[in-house]
Amino acid sequence: MSARQLQNRPCGGRYTDIVQSIGNTPIVELKRLSPKPGVRLWAKLESHNPTGSVKDRVARALIEDAEEKGAIAPGQVILEPTSGNTGISLGMICKLRGYPLKVVMPDNVTPERTQLLEMWGAEIVYSEGSKGSNGAVELALEMAAADSRYYMPYQYGNEANPLAHYNGTAVEILEELDQDVTAFVAGLGTGGTLMGNARRMKEVLGDAVKIVAAEPMQGEPVQGLRSLDDGFIPPIIDLALLDRKIFVTNSDAIVWTRKLLDEEGIFAGVSSGAIARVAARIAGELDEGNVVFIVADDGWKYLSSGIYTRPLEEIENLESTLWW
Amino acid sequence: MPKIKIPPVLRASVGGEREVDAPGENVRDVLHGLVSAHPATETQLFGGDGELNRYVNVYLNDEDVRVLDGLDTAVGASDVLVILPAMAGG
Repeated sequence: MSARQLQNRPCGGRYTDIVQSIGNTPIVELKRLSPKPGVRLWAKLESHNPTGSVKDRVARALIEDAEEKGAIAPGQVILEPTSGNTGISLGMICKLRGYPLKVVMPDNVTPERTQLLEMWGAEIVYSEGSKGSNGAVELALEMAAADSRYYMPYQYGNEANPLAHYNGTAVEILEELDQDVTAFVAGLGTGGTLMGNARRMKEVLGDAVKIVAAEPMQGEPVQGLRSLDDGFIPPIIDLALLDRKIFVTNSDAIVWTRKLLDEEGIFAGVSSGAIARVAARIAGELDEGNVVFIVADDGWKYLSSGIYTRPLEEIENLESTLWW
Repeated sequence: MPKIKIPPVLRASVGGEREVDAPGENVRDVLHGLVSAHPATETQLFGGDGELNRYVNVYLNDEDVRVLDGLDTAVGASDVLVILPAMAGG
């Protein structure tokens, strides 16, 4: 029996190693979740990257930027604060390229993150979960200042982070949608996804494209700061590039993570649920156009929390877990 | 009258309340109403230039006022202002 005729070539691309296969992710229309017939809702499945998250793009950019600058060579210890995904992506790349990796991560993330980091051989230093990612950043900066053995890519302040999207994600979206993008929605964590995509899309489309940030309203147990001065804004963020900035509660994020699964068959992480909620709202405010949102990671890292199968009220540690 | 949701980090400055009412037709007036009633909140919310402290996010219902009209953003009687510390992810 002969092989089925190929419809597309290249199929998914042919690469020299797994790191080179990062990016070129699919974009999928969500007809069931689109609130209006004239508005098309599109999910950019960054969950299809090798470690299952958009952070593969960023980790590759951070490491290759450091290599090109001669800042690191095999054997150099890499130190990075992360809520999980960037650390996991760095874990894969550092293992392949011979860089020992140490990550600083809040202690209230899902246990799968610890398992994945250990799987890639990373050393984990836990920061106080009640301070969220801000606490991980603070501790990592202290460690880097105190020990010159560390090279810290610092995703929060490194332009290689948004550039990964400026030169990658945004180009792919514009290509797939024939440069017809009315709104782009992504999560606000480091700001890299939003800044990189915003710069490229505004360059190409001007103010015709609206850039919308979805951000977590962290549960109160994750707001354990001494004062509001302990807040943190990543240096790479330029708020002037955002047209809207909308928070989503943990409950709503999980409801929409389930909607993605139940109505569209998309198995995504919690931040993607929040982003989808905001994207659907923006779509509802339009009469026509393409609304694109980022599915930042897949759901495997959240299975132990029971969010895909248990009723919302039975999910333990809903407000004390750092979901993104 | 608009409501203001108080984050845990500010509650000691407002007598432990989670939510307070404050009059005003824009964000500036409502927050100044909060400061008038609870002066200990002033240095947390505002810098010396009278602008919002860099690390304070204020939301009109669920939208950050910095990408609306800032402190001049109009507030209706049934609106809720949410004060949150700026927090990162990643």
